[in-house]
Amino acid sequence: MIEIKLRDPTAESAPTRRARLAPPKSLEGKTVALMDIGKSRGKEFIDRLEGHFRKAGIATRRYAKPTNTKVAPTSVMQQIAAEAQAAVIALSD
Amino acid sequence: MPDSLLPRDGLVIVAKRDCPTCVMVEPVMRALDKAGPLTVITQDDPTFPSGVRSVVDDQALEQSFHLKIESVPTLIRFKAGREVERAVGWQRQEWVKLAGDAGLNGANLGDGLPEWQPGCGSKSVEPGVQEALIARYGETGLKARAISVGNWDDPIEACFERGWTDGLPVVPPTDERILRMLSGTERKPDEIVGNIPPNLAPCTVEKVAINAVMAGCKPEYMPVVLGVLEAALDPLFTMHGLLCTTHFSGPLVIINGPIARSIGMNSGVNALGQGNRANATIGRALQLIVRNVGGGIPGAIDRATLGNPGKYTFCFAEDESDPAWETLAERRGIAKGKNAVTLFHGEGVHGFIDQKSRTPQELVRSLAMGLFGVGHPKLVRAGNAVLVLTPEHYKIFKDGGWSRRQIEDALYEALKRPGKELVYGAQNVAEGVAPAYADKLLDKFDPPPDGVLIVRAGGPAGLFSAIIGGWPGQRVREECQAVTREIR
Repeated sequence: MIEIKLRDPTAESAPTRRARLAPPKSLEGKTVALMDIGKSRGKEFIDRLEGHFRKAGIATRRYAKPTNTKVAPTSVMQQIAAEAQAAVIALSD
Repeated sequence: MPDSLLPRDGLVIVAKRDCPTCVMVEPVMRALDKAGPLTVITQDDPTFPSGVRSVVDDQALEQSFHLKIESVPTLIRFKAGREVERAVGWQRQEWVKLAGDAGLNGANLGDGLPEWQPGCGSKSVEPGVQEALIARYGETGLKARAISVGNWDDPIEACFERGWTDGLPVVPPTDERILRMLSGTERKPDEIVGNIPPNLAPCTVEKVAINAVMAGCKPEYMPVVLGVLEAALDPLFTMHGLLCTTHFSGPLVIINGPIARSIGMNSGVNALGQGNRANATIGRALQLIVRNVGGGIPGAIDRATLGNPGKYTFCFAEDESDPAWETLAERRGIAKGKNAVTLFHGEGVHGFIDQKSRTPQELVRSLAMGLFGVGHPKLVRAGNAVLVLTPEHYKIFKDGGWSRRQIEDALYEALKRPGKELVYGAQNVAEGVAPAYADKLLDKFDPPPDGVLIVRAGGPAGLFSAIIGGWPGQRVREECQAVTREIR
């Protein structure tokens, strides 16, 4: 029997499935990253979120993507991972 | 080639009946056979030549391929199982010498025939055949993973099952088709063209060729496909963001330069529609590369709320028939006569009708009304636009003595609006611009040449033009814009 041979048009890469971190049981003593993805009026939305966290006594730090049209720079992601234990990635059009 | 088919010591002739020189030397072949041993490898007719004892049927061209035959007849002398001499075409003295070297008496060989007569091309080197023979009998050099499909399976369905298609059937990427596609470029198959978003997967010229096969491209489209891909990977084009967006837009491809005509692209009747292979498949190849190599799957990373039909393919050429017209590529910095691609974030075709304007001034005002609808009539800087001027609308400008730059400048002025007409709630419509802009005069688009990209295309009849809205991602010019690049 003749087999037809095709060539793979993909990148031939296999995704690595990583288990999601369990959400923290409490935000007490944690720092929450607030990342603005760079769409218009994102700042207003993050400002409101920041106010709610502050009222609840939870520390926050602000981060931003330079532009919503491109992926976040690795340095920003690494900084969030190093400085915060939870993150809100938010947009507002 | 199996040794058993060839004499370890002796002569081999490769021939075909369709060659007049081969037919002319048929008596010579019989004479050599009598002096023997002789094997004739026949490419097209197992009964040719007659009167020779050892004839190998090579209609599959396997022997001709392995012997690297370029013309027939070719006479080869073997010694101890290895080729030591060959003569191409009929050259009486050469044939006599080879026969003598083989220990045969060939002194009278070909008496009565001309001293010399060229042969014909071997069937193994006919256009398209060489790649098929390499795929069957040779080393393809292809690096992509081979995937076997059973004889009873439909390879088109196999492509669907593996998620390699855009929803339409693709041409199955077999080795011979890929090799033919690679023959359309001088670039090496293992050259990395760039990293394809969203996964930023490295993409070789070979992977481009595989996807171009699947899209239905011809080999001569390869330089254009590669140029389109390189333009799409320019960071300023922001392919990743365009892919992810909820907006309608996808890559719109516009080709300028002589290559558009040489590969038969359509810039005339139905230029934005179906029916032209180059238009249809070049745009599709880009989409397939982003899908297959980059991993840009609709519903996964592609989050378009609706998308648009141009995301299957959206590609056409500019009408460059008027030498007085400054083409889109020239306007964007490409030298006249060079081949170029412009990529724009296009949301789809919006038809524009104006059958009453007779002067450039009238038509500009009218076009501005149509262009103001891009995105929303009360939004500004929510994406730029492509304006496709058809011949009848272009004639109004040309007859008025207007150049591209005059049209651009006039449109730019005509596309300004007082902010008070556009703020939230104005005209009893909630959508609009922030109240802070109420006292300003607002531009709908970026200034020329980026705000409205004017391109000429279309059939001769119809006082229409086409408006192709852009993408709100273009609102910050330094981050995201249309990209124009010369095709290498």
